[in-house]
Amino acid sequence: MDLSFTPEEIAFRDEVRAFFADEYPADIREKVNRGIRLDKDDHVRWQKILAQHGYMGVNWPVEYGGTGWSPVQKYLFSIEMANANAPDVVPFGVNMVGPVIYSYGNEAQKQRFLPDILESNVWWCQGYSEPGAGSDLASLKTMAVRDGDHYVINGTKTWTTLGQHAEWIFLLARTNTDVARRQEGISFILADMSTPGITVRPIITIEGGHEVNEVHFEDARVPVENLVGEEGRGWTYGKVLLQHERTNIAGVARSKYRLARLKELASSSQHGAKPLMEQATFRGKLVATEVALKALEYTDLRTLAAVATGKAPGPESSILKIKGTEMQQRLDTLYMEAAGYYALPYVPDQFTLDAADDDVVVDSSEPTTALRYFNYRKASIYGGSNEIQKNIIAKHVLGL
Amino acid sequence: MDFSISEDQSMLQDSVARFIQDEYDFDSRQEAAATDTGFSADRWREFAELGWTAVPFSEEDGGLDGGAVELMLLMEQFGRGLVVEPYLPCIVLAGGVLKRLATEDQKATWLADIIGGEKLAALAYAEPQARYDLNDVAVTASADGDGYVLNGHKTVVLNGGSADTLVVSARTSGERQDAEGISLFVVDASSAGIKRKAYPTVDARQAAEIHFEQVRVGADQLLGAAGEGLATLKAVIDDATIAVCAEAVGIMQVLNYKTLEYSKQRVQFGVPIASFQALQHRMVEMFMIYEQTRSLLLHAVMTEEADAGADAALHALKIQIGTEGRKLGEEAVQLHGGMGVTWELDVAHYFKRLTMIDTLFGNADHHIEQYPLAV
Ligand SMILES: Cc1cc2nc3c(=O)[nH]c(=O)nc-3n(C[C@H](O)[C@H](O)[C@H](O)COP(=O)(O)OP(=O)(O)OC[C@H]3O[C@@H](n4cnc5c(N)ncnc54)[C@H](O)[C@@H]3O)c2cc1C
Repeated sequence: MDLSFTPEEIAFRDEVRAFFADEYPADIREKVNRGIRLDKDDHVRWQKILAQHGYMGVNWPVEYGGTGWSPVQKYLFSIEMANANAPDVVPFGVNMVGPVIYSYGNEAQKQRFLPDILESNVWWCQGYSEPGAGSDLASLKTMAVRDGDHYVINGTKTWTTLGQHAEWIFLLARTNTDVARRQEGISFILADMSTPGITVRPIITIEGGHEVNEVHFEDARVPVENLVGEEGRGWTYGKVLLQHERTNIAGVARSKYRLARLKELASSSQHGAKPLMEQATFRGKLVATEVALKALEYTDLRTLAAVATGKAPGPESSILKIKGTEMQQRLDTLYMEAAGYYALPYVPDQFTLDAADDDVVVDSSEPTTALRYFNYRKASIYGGSNEIQKNIIAKHVLGL
Repeated sequence: MDFSISEDQSMLQDSVARFIQDEYDFDSRQEAAATDTGFSADRWREFAELGWTAVPFSEEDGGLDGGAVELMLLMEQFGRGLVVEPYLPCIVLAGGVLKRLATEDQKATWLADIIGGEKLAALAYAEPQARYDLNDVAVTASADGDGYVLNGHKTVVLNGGSADTLVVSARTSGERQDAEGISLFVVDASSAGIKRKAYPTVDARQAAEIHFEQVRVGADQLLGAAGEGLATLKAVIDDATIAVCAEAVGIMQVLNYKTLEYSKQRVQFGVPIASFQALQHRMVEMFMIYEQTRSLLLHAVMTEEADAGADAALHALKIQIGTEGRKLGEEAVQLHGGMGVTWELDVAHYFKRLTMIDTLFGNADHHIEQYPLAV
C-alpha cells in the first residue's frame, strides 16, 4: 500500500496541467465559469483540441487510438480537467458507442466510425429509453423489420440527451418478437439522423433548458450494414456499454473541485454577520460532505485499481453511480443554500456572454445555483435510476 | 385544546378550495406566470371581490378580522393551486406593516386601495449584504427638512416590479447591524429616484432589485416611531413565515397525492411501480413527513393565536419545511422518474416552489442557528 505518486506520474500530471493552462480556450472557460450553457460548437471545438493532443480516448485501447493510460493517469487527468473547470467530454460517442463498436463491430464499422468519434467529427446520441421502457428497458417496443438490405424502423425513443445536435444515433430495437426471453430479440443498430422518417422533438426540463428530446422513427430505412455484432445480441452489448457508462459516473474530480470552491465561497463573509463557514450548522454539513467525498474517492480508486488488474467493472460500479450522483446533488444543495435569497432570481438573459452588466442581477460566482440543483435531480434518475442500482447490488453483489 | 375550526373559517376554507379546484387550473396558471408581470390582474380582481385581499385586516380598516388560522387556511389552498398572484408580498408583507403601524390618515392614503385590490404593494427589506438578518440594514434615511431622503439598494424584493406602493426599511440612526435605528417608510413606487429592475424567480414569481437615489419622503410617510421598526418587521416576517409554511403544506399534500396516483398507473416490469415495496416505504415516509409538518403548522398557528410567544414554534416549522419538506419534494420527483424533471409536468413546479420556500425568511440552517434550545 502506498499513497504517493511516482516521479513519472507527477511528471504526467504537470504535463496535463500545462495543457489545460495553455490550450483550454478562454471564451469557453468564461462560459463554464459563469454557468452559461455551451453550444454545440463549443463542445466540438474543445473536444477537437483534446483529440489533437491524444486526450480523447482515455478509456480506449491504444490500437484504436486510445491513451493506454494507467488508472492513476486517468485519475490525475480527471483531477486536472476538473481543476481547470473544463467541460466534460460529451459521453455518447467516445464513452458509449465507441467501446461497443471496437468490441463487437466489424472491421468496416471500426474504420468508418471510430476515427470520427475520436476526432468529434460526428455527434452521437443514445436511443435506449422509450416512453414505456425506462427502468424496464427490455420492454422496449421500437421495431426494426428486415426488408432486403434495410431495416425499417418504427417507434419512439425518449429522453435523448442532446439529440438535437446529433448526426448519428445508436439504438436498441426489436428485430425478433418470437423469443423466449424479451432480451433476446433486441439488436444494436446505428442510424444516420438525417434518414427520412426520423424526427426530433424537444422536451423542456424542469429548469427551462432544452437538453433532452423525443426521437420518432416512422418507416425509417437503415442499411443492414449498420447492425453492430449479431442480430438479437444487442442487449448484451448494451449492458457492457452501461457498465462503461458507470465507471466514470462517480465524478469524484469534479465534486472535489466544487467542494473546494464552495468552501472558499463559504469563507468569504459576503452575506450576514459571519461567514457561513463559521456557522455551526453549515460547517457541519461541509464536514459531512467532505467525509462522504473522501469515502467516494477511495472507493473509486479501489475500483480503478481492480480494473487495472484486468477485472471488468462489475456490479460494484453501481456503488459509484449511487454515491457519485448523491454527492453531486448534495453539493448542488449546499450551493443553493449558500446563495440564500440569490437562489431565487431566474434571469436567463444573464447567462449569455454579452449580457449587459445591468442585467447581472446576482453578482455571484455561482449564478445558476437553483437551476443547477433542479436540473441535477436527473442524476439519480438517468443511467439506470439509483433504485435500479440498489436492485443490482442486492441481486448481484449481495446475492439476495 | 381544540384543533377544530369555526363555521366562518370553514366557509372561507371551502370557498378558496372550490375556487382552486374548479377555476385555478394549471394551464392558465402557467400562462399567467409567463406574462410580464407574472400573474393575472383579472384573478387579482377576483381575489378582491371574493374578499380574500381583506382577510387579515381589521374590520375598522375594512377587513375581515382574520388571524393566523384564516391565513393558514387561505395559503394552504394557494399552495394546492400553486397560485402565482402576489398575496404574500402585497397583503401579508406590505399590508402587514401598514396595518400595524399606519395612522388613520396613512391607512386611508395607502392601505385602503391595497385591501380593495386596486393597488399592489411590496415590502423592500432584504439587502445584498444582509442574508437573513433583519437588523442588517444599510439603506439610509437621512433627515431632510421635515422629511427624509432614502439612499441604497434593496434586493430580491418580492413583487417589487409590479408594486404601486413600497414599504421600505431604512436606517435613520446607528450602525449597519444595530437593532435600534431602523425605520419603516411607505413610498409611491414611481417616486423620483427609484430605479427598479424586475425579473422572474425560479419558482415562477417575480422580484426586483430596487435602487433608491436621493428619494425624498415626507414626515407623513414614516410608519410608526422613527428607529423602532425592527419589532414590527419581525412580527410581519413571522406572519409571512406562517403563510409560506401553510402554502408548503398544501404543496406537500398535492405532491403526495400525485406521486401515489402516478405510481399506481406507471407500469414497469409488467406491474405498477406502486407494487415495489422499496417505493411503498418511500411513499409512506412522504406521507409521514406531510402529517408531521401539518402538526408543526397547527402547533405554530395555535401558539401564535394564543399570543404565547411563537418563536420556537415558528423556527421548528420552518426547519421542518426546509429539511423534511425538501426531502418530500425530491422524493416526489424521483418517483416520477424522467417525467419528474420535465417542465410539462406540474409536479416539477410544485417541487420548485416548495424548495424555494426554504429560501424565504431564513432557510432551515438559519432557523437552526436561532432556535432557542432550552435546557
Ligand atoms: C435528463 C435525462 C437524460 C436522459 N438521457 C437519456 C439518453 O440520452 N438516452 C436514453 O436512452 N435515456 C436517457 N434517459 C432516460 C433514463 O435512463 C430513464 O429516465 C431512466 O431509466 C428511468 O426511467 P423512467 O424515467 O421511465 O422512470 P421509471 O422507470 O418509470 O421509474 C419511475 C420510478 O420508479 C422506480 N423504479 C422503477 N422500477 C423499480 C424497481 N424495480 N424497484 C424499485 N424502484 C423502481 C425508479 O427508480 C423511479 O424512481 C435520460 C433521463 C433523464 C431524466
